[in-house]
Amino acid sequence: MEVLVLFSPLVGALFCGFGWRFLGESLACWVATSLLFLSAVLSWILFLKFDGNTQNIAILRWIESGTLSTNWAIRFDRLTAIMFIVITTVSSLVHLYSFGYMEHDENFGETESYKPRFFAYLSFFTFTMLALVSANNLVQMFFGWEGVGVASYLLIGFYFKKPSANAAAIKAFVVNRVGDFGFLLGIFGLYLLVDSINLNEIFQAIPEIANTKLTFLWREWNAANLIAILLFIGAMGKSAQLFLHVWLPDAMEGPTPVSALIHAATMVTAGVFLVCRMSPLMEYAPLAKNLIVYVGAATAFFAATVGLVQNDIKRVIAYSTCSQLGYMFVAAGLGAYSVAMFHLLTHAFFKAMLFLGAGSVIHAMHHEQDMRFYGGLRKKIPYTFWAMMIGTLAITGVGIPLTHFGFAGFFSKDAIIESAYGAGSNLSFWVLIIAAGFTSFYSWRLMFMTFFGKSRSNPETYSHARESPITMLIPLGILALGATFSGIVFLAPFFGDHQKVNQFFGISGPESHATLSNSTNHVTKIEGKVHNSSNEQAHYTIDSKGSKGIDVRHGQSTLGKGGLFFRNDNHVIENAHHVPKWVKISPFISMVLGFSLAWVFYIRDPELPRRLSVQQKYIYRFLLNKWYFDELYEFVFVRGVKALGKLLWVRGDGNMIDGTINGIALGIIPLFTRLASRVQSGFIFHYAFGMIIGILVIISWFAISGGSS
Amino acid sequence: MNGSSYNIFNSSNYFGWSETQGVLEVIQILLPEIVLAVFSMIVLLGAVYSRKNKTTSIVFWGTATTFLLVSIFIIFRGAAVYTAFGGAFIDDLFSRYLKVLILLSAAIILMLSQDFLKRNNLFKFEYPILMTLSVVGMMMMVSAGDLMSLYMGLELQSLSLYVLASFSRDSVRSTEAGLKYFVLGALSSGMLLYGSSLIYGYSGSTVFSEIFITASANEKSLGFVFGLVFITIGMAFKVSAVPFHMWTPDVYEGAPTPVTAFLATAPKVAAMGLFARVVHDAFGGAFNDWSQILILLSVLSMLFGSIAAIGQKDIKRLMAYSSISHMGFALMGLTSGGLEGVQSMLIYMAIYVMMNIGTFAFIISMEVDGKPVSEINSLQMYSKTNPGRSMALLILMFSLAGIPPLLGFFGKFYVLKAAITSELYLLATAGVIASVIGAFYYLRIIYYIYFGENPRALDQTHSLFNQTVLVISALAMVLGVVNLFGLEFVSEIAANALVN
Repeated sequence: MEVLVLFSPLVGALFCGFGWRFLGESLACWVATSLLFLSAVLSWILFLKFDGNTQNIAILRWIESGTLSTNWAIRFDRLTAIMFIVITTVSSLVHLYSFGYMEHDENFGETESYKPRFFAYLSFFTFTMLALVSANNLVQMFFGWEGVGVASYLLIGFYFKKPSANAAAIKAFVVNRVGDFGFLLGIFGLYLLVDSINLNEIFQAIPEIANTKLTFLWREWNAANLIAILLFIGAMGKSAQLFLHVWLPDAMEGPTPVSALIHAATMVTAGVFLVCRMSPLMEYAPLAKNLIVYVGAATAFFAATVGLVQNDIKRVIAYSTCSQLGYMFVAAGLGAYSVAMFHLLTHAFFKAMLFLGAGSVIHAMHHEQDMRFYGGLRKKIPYTFWAMMIGTLAITGVGIPLTHFGFAGFFSKDAIIESAYGAGSNLSFWVLIIAAGFTSFYSWRLMFMTFFGKSRSNPETYSHARESPITMLIPLGILALGATFSGIVFLAPFFGDHQKVNQFFGISGPESHATLSNSTNHVTKIEGKVHNSSNEQAHYTIDSKGSKGIDVRHGQSTLGKGGLFFRNDNHVIENAHHVPKWVKISPFISMVLGFSLAWVFYIRDPELPRRLSVQQKYIYRFLLNKWYFDELYEFVFVRGVKALGKLLWVRGDGNMIDGTINGIALGIIPLFTRLASRVQSGFIFHYAFGMIIGILVIISWFAISGGSS
Repeated sequence: MNGSSYNIFNSSNYFGWSETQGVLEVIQILLPEIVLAVFSMIVLLGAVYSRKNKTTSIVFWGTATTFLLVSIFIIFRGAAVYTAFGGAFIDDLFSRYLKVLILLSAAIILMLSQDFLKRNNLFKFEYPILMTLSVVGMMMMVSAGDLMSLYMGLELQSLSLYVLASFSRDSVRSTEAGLKYFVLGALSSGMLLYGSSLIYGYSGSTVFSEIFITASANEKSLGFVFGLVFITIGMAFKVSAVPFHMWTPDVYEGAPTPVTAFLATAPKVAAMGLFARVVHDAFGGAFNDWSQILILLSVLSMLFGSIAAIGQKDIKRLMAYSSISHMGFALMGLTSGGLEGVQSMLIYMAIYVMMNIGTFAFIISMEVDGKPVSEINSLQMYSKTNPGRSMALLILMFSLAGIPPLLGFFGKFYVLKAAITSELYLLATAGVIASVIGAFYYLRIIYYIYFGENPRALDQTHSLFNQTVLVISALAMVLGVVNLFGLEFVSEIAANALVN
């Protein structure tokens, strides 16, 4: 069944991409869509029936080269199961939605056929994403990782007639390559140390890796830290974290369903997934975890500030995505992997919905994306309005504090903030609180500017604005259910007490004494190593359950068994449950502040923002221009690389290579050809003379060199 | 046949020849050659005393059939090694491989010639007879185990070819071609003989196995090496390796097209086979000496053939340079030495023959207003009138240029691989460069066919056979990719027979 889930999107993609000429356009699209729905239904069945025990399903022998030997296999654990439902659900809904959204696209002519291509790309993306999350070894994961990169590139550049879309596609690809380089180095490093790329074997070897030193970039590193950081660099690229985030806003050049699927709900969460998947490694890499927390918190804050002032509706949501990904990384970096996954799940629902809602608005407004030309759309497109409203309530985290009532984001985001406090990371806690206020502000700003007030668009567009077709509304409805209830339903398994989380993720409990006696020999060996490494000592001494030896044994026995791994000294989630009441309420307060400010700015006194932007010109510019990241990169990297490229192209390629070849081909060879024709005079004595010369040369050569001897 | 009457041959028992080898046994060993020789004489006599017009056609068919039957006979001879005349004649798998190749290509060329000869008033019974005699000579060449049998085969082949080249004796150019070929051929024969006498003088024998012993000595006298050089040069003339190639373009252009086709295929195979035979059986121990010459010949042939072909306007001249270049590649295989080298050369020659038969099947049928033409210009926009044949020609040209995945690529691939294995990197690089330059003139033909400017009307050909050969040859270029028609395996056992 897992195999069916994985491969039916691929079959759909192939059918749709190559078979549409025979099947016809609409049939081909429906084939792809129905195969995805099949995949989605099966993954829900799998998810609900899943008992938490990790399964490895080998499909085919894949690589066999020296010590590198691996199957193409599915690792099915809770993490994969969660990702399966997220991916297939959102993807199938986006497929359905696309029937309406892509119906008449003005970027293509009447006779051009673009829909099957679009659906094929979408299905192909889904396949590669599923391959990524179901990988049981790192190379397979890298296949999926690059596959989603390709699909993303193709879909961002889907409107290939627009130069801006092509530029954005290239930007996304290039920036991702930077991250991928880190990821690759991480894979190489693990292969170097473990001599295997299979996750199981890697996880088993992690305590040893943590005691290994590795030289990289002229200094010595703790291997676990180094590799974790390298992998995280890969994750940063894919998940658009600060410094490598620049591609995500530009990716909005793609059609809106793509933004919803790839650049909000699924692909960008691959980095979070990677960190959670490598949780056994992360648990042994305190330095890397700290880095993740800082980068995540910085991203959450940075993206939220930029989101405050953007005018393009999709860009606002894009920065919001960026910011929310930062939240997830903070959770993962703190060691609350299940909480990160929780937010990933809920975020997928409400962010996909926000995007699809935005798409519906854009659809209604004839592809106008600037919010300054919206306004008063509530009456025109009521269903979309309500969907967006639910999405906004979810993302801002509306709920009743200290109870279990609220929208999805209320649970997951608050869980992250509480975890931050629980882990004792005050800085990240306050940053996230502030970012939550910003989130609330820009989300409500979007709502107010779009749906409330008076229309600022040209009257004709406004009067023509009407509700989207049913194929676009159904996905909105289903996602609205998810955005509303996924928090309440999944709170316990993701953020419940220790036992529930362990059971859900298939992590075996620490009190299994049977394995203790079995692996005593092993324990002592590991223990010896522990004592030898002084820098790791600190972590073992704060074990709550007993001796150091047991801690290591416990780690050893459960490493790689379940979907996630928590070391015994990891009490983040438990601590998060016992935070003071003011901590639990503070995100709510922050949210209310944001909402009120937005209301003041955009409902009560719509002229206020303009006055403020004039008054605080520099801050406004700074934010509007996204902290000048693009300009900085343009200056630091792009210009130099372009100059180098131009040098190599014009001088190296054009003058040297082409010049040499042209010179030889147009100058020297014809000269020789003419000479050859001259030699071929037709006179027999010339020919005989030539032969004699030839003999003379050879004979002289042998006479002088004396042959071989 | 009694051993005592052949004292010279008696000196060696290297190939297991015994004093008691009887006449019948020898006849059995030489049966293919004897059959062909006797056949040619009977036909000569018979045709003289009969009404020519009717019999000529029968002679053509008969000769082709005989070639075919003999080659089948050779194929079914198995793997046994026979020697006759005290090692002067060797019949092993290596020679059988080449003989089959020679016979089949000769048979096909003979049939391709018919239509052309009829139209140009050259349809005479002497043509197949001369061809048969030259084929006998070639078969002797590839079976030679002695300098004398070598020379005998070589001269029999060459003399027939001189006559064939000037077969259109009313044409000035044809007679000129024949004469040039003859004079220069005589020069090269002289060198060969000079070399042979030197070798005989220094080793005391003309049998390859005896020479082998002298050649394997650590200290070789310069005279012996000079002998080797002269013999090599004599053979280099036959494979038209630069700088002994001068006759090739003129003879190819002047000779009647079917003769050109013949010159480009079977004699080249025979000469290459002889080359391999001599350098391995006789001079195997002097590898470092002859490989130096061969490298030089190979590089010069590949580069010169490619560069000079660019300036050609006549397709027959172009094919002459093309064959010079191809011989350079085959020599590269030979130079690489060892089993792999010989094998790659054998594969290359087989593929080369296939490509050339197909191409010449087309060139033979090139006519404007009933007159044979050979200007490349006349092919302009040929694709408009004959898309099918243009496509076949396109495939052949690509294959000649060595573009994957066509068969011609694999020929080059094996040769280059052998060169790389022997660490002849510079030679291999030169080969690649030459094939890049060479691609230009093959592509130019394709350019004329598909994108030319002034359409010229080539006549529609009437010969179904020529068209069929063209198409089959083109198809072979594509289908051969699957397993090279088993060439790899066959050539390996053939090469094995020679090297070990």
